[in-house]
Amino acid sequence: MANRIAMVDYLILDQGDEHLVATMCSSCGALYFDRRNACGHCGKTEFTTTRLSTDGRVRAFTIVKRAAPGVPTPYVSAVVDLEGGGAVKANLVNIDPDPDKIELGMPVRLTTFVAGRDDDGTEAIAFGFERA
Amino acid sequence: MANSVWILGAAMTKFGRYPEKDIVDLGSEAALAAMADAGVTIHDMEVLGVGCLAEAGTGPGQRIQKQIGQTGIPVYNVANACATGATAIRTVYLTIMSGEADTGLAIGVEKMGKAGLLGAPGKARGEKHTFQRSGRYGAVLGTEGILGTGLMPGVFAQAGMEYAYEHDGVSFEQFAKVAEKNHAHSTLNPLAQYQKQFSLDEVMAAEMVSYPNTLLMCCPTGDGAASVVLVSDEKLATLDPDQRRRAVKISASVLTSDPWTETDQVQPDVNTLTRQAADKAYAMAGVDPQDLDLVELHDCFATAELLHYDNLRLCEPGGAGEFIDSRGPWRDGRIPVNVSGGLISKGHPLGATGVANLYEVATHLRGEAGDRQVEGAKVGLTHVIGLGSACAVHVLEKAAS
Repeated sequence: MANRIAMVDYLILDQGDEHLVATMCSSCGALYFDRRNACGHCGKTEFTTTRLSTDGRVRAFTIVKRAAPGVPTPYVSAVVDLEGGGAVKANLVNIDPDPDKIELGMPVRLTTFVAGRDDDGTEAIAFGFERA
Repeated sequence: MANSVWILGAAMTKFGRYPEKDIVDLGSEAALAAMADAGVTIHDMEVLGVGCLAEAGTGPGQRIQKQIGQTGIPVYNVANACATGATAIRTVYLTIMSGEADTGLAIGVEKMGKAGLLGAPGKARGEKHTFQRSGRYGAVLGTEGILGTGLMPGVFAQAGMEYAYEHDGVSFEQFAKVAEKNHAHSTLNPLAQYQKQFSLDEVMAAEMVSYPNTLLMCCPTGDGAASVVLVSDEKLATLDPDQRRRAVKISASVLTSDPWTETDQVQPDVNTLTRQAADKAYAMAGVDPQDLDLVELHDCFATAELLHYDNLRLCEPGGAGEFIDSRGPWRDGRIPVNVSGGLISKGHPLGATGVANLYEVATHLRGEAGDRQVEGAKVGLTHVIGLGSACAVHVLEKAAS
């Protein structure tokens, strides 16, 4: 079976339990996906890692028809509010890229897909959201 | 220290495509015209602020000085995303307010040619060696198109859709009406890059770039420059009657960045920092939004303009859809917005826009806007916002004669 690597380091690929994690400020609870030097909200420097829900709702979306060369279109980009806290940007997958078929506020669930392979055959696994 | 800062002269080049001109040509053209308009020369300038995003690291201010007058004055080369031009104005404004100068020159200039899509494409998708994590998110591939979009039309489309989610009466049609308005307005502006009208159906049926932004709802890339001459109130009082009659007061000049919000890091929040800038500007100027005679705001995409009706308090909270439906922001409406044609039709050479907005409002306040003149204009507001983010708001007023 091919080696798998998560597309970004905030996606955790526990077999059958793929989920997102966030860096959480120990002082104010602000959530981040990036490497931190300090909290952008309160300025403190202590963090923990917290697991985010795989369920959420679409707060915004767009259907990209024109992109940079090498990026296949169309794709549906969305901002998803996760249950219990956190928001994330990802594609909506397994969905018709048709504005009449996508509703703001629709419930979605995290899923994963193969985004690419390197010369060793290692698969980069990305996450997206599909209708729940 | 000055009590107030005034626009003594203003000019802009027609925005468009100028393959044979560089930023020094364009910036010099605007600067020389602004100084002629003000009745001053480079020898009267005590500070220079030049905003140019793409070439910020090349000393655009000094390059322009070497063409129009090397007088040894302090030069601020300014880069602040799409708020670059207005930030260049701020450097001159602050220098005058502090008393370090009584007259200064600000220039905003950009050469983009046919730059096409802007955004953050990341690494080319074709590059595949063995996966290595890089960057603050430990990404192994460029994320564009895999983890959503960071391209400008899509980012601003998402911002608009967020408003549509949170408020009633906003859909594709309301966003398209913004573009219909701005294209119509531009037919009266000889300095606009495009001066063509389109029906609402044509706007909505145009090629979709990133739903709901069609091609006619996206600002073009292009070249251009704008410039203003600023003076202190004390200096203005010493000038001749014609210069004093045409001077326009900067009643408020405000710059903000995006404060921390829960979603700002995944989807840029263009609302909070705009609201904060606008509220501070209204307080500084002692002006109520309903007093405004015209507004030039940052319609990089039609979806963005709708948000700013609300952010700048031109309409009821949550009422941006109703505002455009009732033709409130049309040139014959309650508060004319983007009678220049806006970024969508006038153009958006990035560094120039923040200065061109002030040129536009000042021109109306002086009664010199020709066919597109908003009659009796006395108070106007300009707004620019660049992602990262930076927002600048200015309130301009005509002096009581």
